[in-house]
Amino acid sequence: MPETHGSTALSATGGTGTATRLLEVEGLTSAYGPVRALDGVTLAAETGRITAVLGANGAGKTTLLRTISGLVRPVSGRVVLDGEDITKAPVESMVAKGMAHVPEGRGVIAELTVDENLRVGSLFRGKVDRSEFDRVYDLFPRIAERRNNAAHTLSGGERQMLVIGRALLAKPRILLLDEPSLGLAPRIVAQIFGLLRQLVDSEGLSVLLVEQNARSALSVADVGVVLNLGKVVVTDSASTLMADEDLRHAYLGF
Amino acid sequence: MDYFVNVTLTGLTQGMIYSAFALALVLIWRSTRIVNFAQGSMAAATTFIALALIQAGQSYWVALVVALASGFVLGAIVERVIIRPVEGGPELNAVIVTLGLFVAIQASIAIIFGSSFQSFPTPFGVRGLEIGDSTIPLTPTSIYVIGSVLLVMALLVALFRFTRVGLAMRASAFSQEVARLLGVKVGGMLTLGWGLAAVVGSLSGLLIAGGTFVWPAYMDALIVFGFVAAIIGGLDSPVGAIVGGLILGLALSYVSGYAPRGSALVNISALVILIVVLLVRPGGLFSSATARRA
Repeated sequence: MPETHGSTALSATGGTGTATRLLEVEGLTSAYGPVRALDGVTLAAETGRITAVLGANGAGKTTLLRTISGLVRPVSGRVVLDGEDITKAPVESMVAKGMAHVPEGRGVIAELTVDENLRVGSLFRGKVDRSEFDRVYDLFPRIAERRNNAAHTLSGGERQMLVIGRALLAKPRILLLDEPSLGLAPRIVAQIFGLLRQLVDSEGLSVLLVEQNARSALSVADVGVVLNLGKVVVTDSASTLMADEDLRHAYLGF
Repeated sequence: MDYFVNVTLTGLTQGMIYSAFALALVLIWRSTRIVNFAQGSMAAATTFIALALIQAGQSYWVALVVALASGFVLGAIVERVIIRPVEGGPELNAVIVTLGLFVAIQASIAIIFGSSFQSFPTPFGVRGLEIGDSTIPLTPTSIYVIGSVLLVMALLVALFRFTRVGLAMRASAFSQEVARLLGVKVGGMLTLGWGLAAVVGSLSGLLIAGGTFVWPAYMDALIVFGFVAAIIGGLDSPVGAIVGGLILGLALSYVSGYAPRGSALVNISALVILIVVLLVRPGGLFSSATARRA
């Protein structure tokens, strides 16, 4: 990865430049009954950057994304997308506001074909030019070959490509990805992360990624946020986190 | 030979009605994982609306259209007002709610329309078509029954396959959470699904009533056969519901036409068929091996 990534991202630690903060999470607390899965989490995802939220199983990563997109309602705290408070906005409205959430377990609709999955992703936009679909198929030739197959016949990597392609058809400003590397071969993970980097660099997409696979995530991310037991432990540039051996051993498992 | 053809055609005609009723159950099961025990009395309610219109001097066709439209409204209201609060809760809650609704609607019909037997007209004759000197036992009524069910099924297939709303409905049925994240207004799709299912259910009620008598509980027999047809087909498969209905209609027609004292054996035969199918294929004939995966 180019060295420049991360070096200018230190504002995420609490600096001044709020102008570039596309998605802001402030003091977010979510609970399942008495268990606090998120405990006052504050973080930001900046425009044109990949922000990786890292942590072990049970750190609250999935709950964080689910609370941001409204699938889980927080006990307290705010979610702000480009200046608009979306804490109480309906889940169905998020994608039209520019936020696409690819849930844990990839979220293909197994019974629909590959092409139908893509079409569902663009339904809310009304008529969408066919060329946009072709562009997704160009990005992922492997799913283009299988466009008329039911999605349950796809491999794990193909499913991940399908859901990312489907999310892109929503023309999001920010993409929320839940464990995209889960269960995938390292080669496929590298391919998918490489593509994300490319989309972020060339098209100004922003990504908020939660990952257990910290090494892969930090290799592609600009900013890393380490979550432990529902609390933010540290926020820093990906390269700094990568270099901090004690932190890696303590929280990231490598 | 004529007798065999006659029994077969009767079976197909009845089977189509079972298919329609089973399809209504399957549409709701697929989208909300609820078995709608109130389907029969909802259909009875709309049939009584049609009957009231006919008795007031309207034509059969006006009554048919109004009844189907009121079926849609009834289905949509039931989903939004009564089912929505129990959706996603324990399965038994929804079962109890639809059972309660079944009783409540049936009682309401008796209060509003009376509980006596009333004859329901049929738009076509029940005499066989005469071609030259011979009569084939295909009556205009059975052509109407088979044709109208096929037409409704074709419209549903077209809706689900070729329209944006149909795609949104399928996405909502298969994976509510993913559909919501993709911006599909899932609640509206479920309401629409219940409305359409109630239209199909109402059609089966109107068709079974044609040329015979109706009373508040006249759908009870059809409910049993419709459930058996849906379960034979696999409860999750629209094609299965249609095939299940036809299999059941034919089998029951042969039993009642050929077995000694056959008409007394019809109900028990339906249950025997159900048990045999479930022993051989516990998931129903058209259950697919694909588990639901998000």
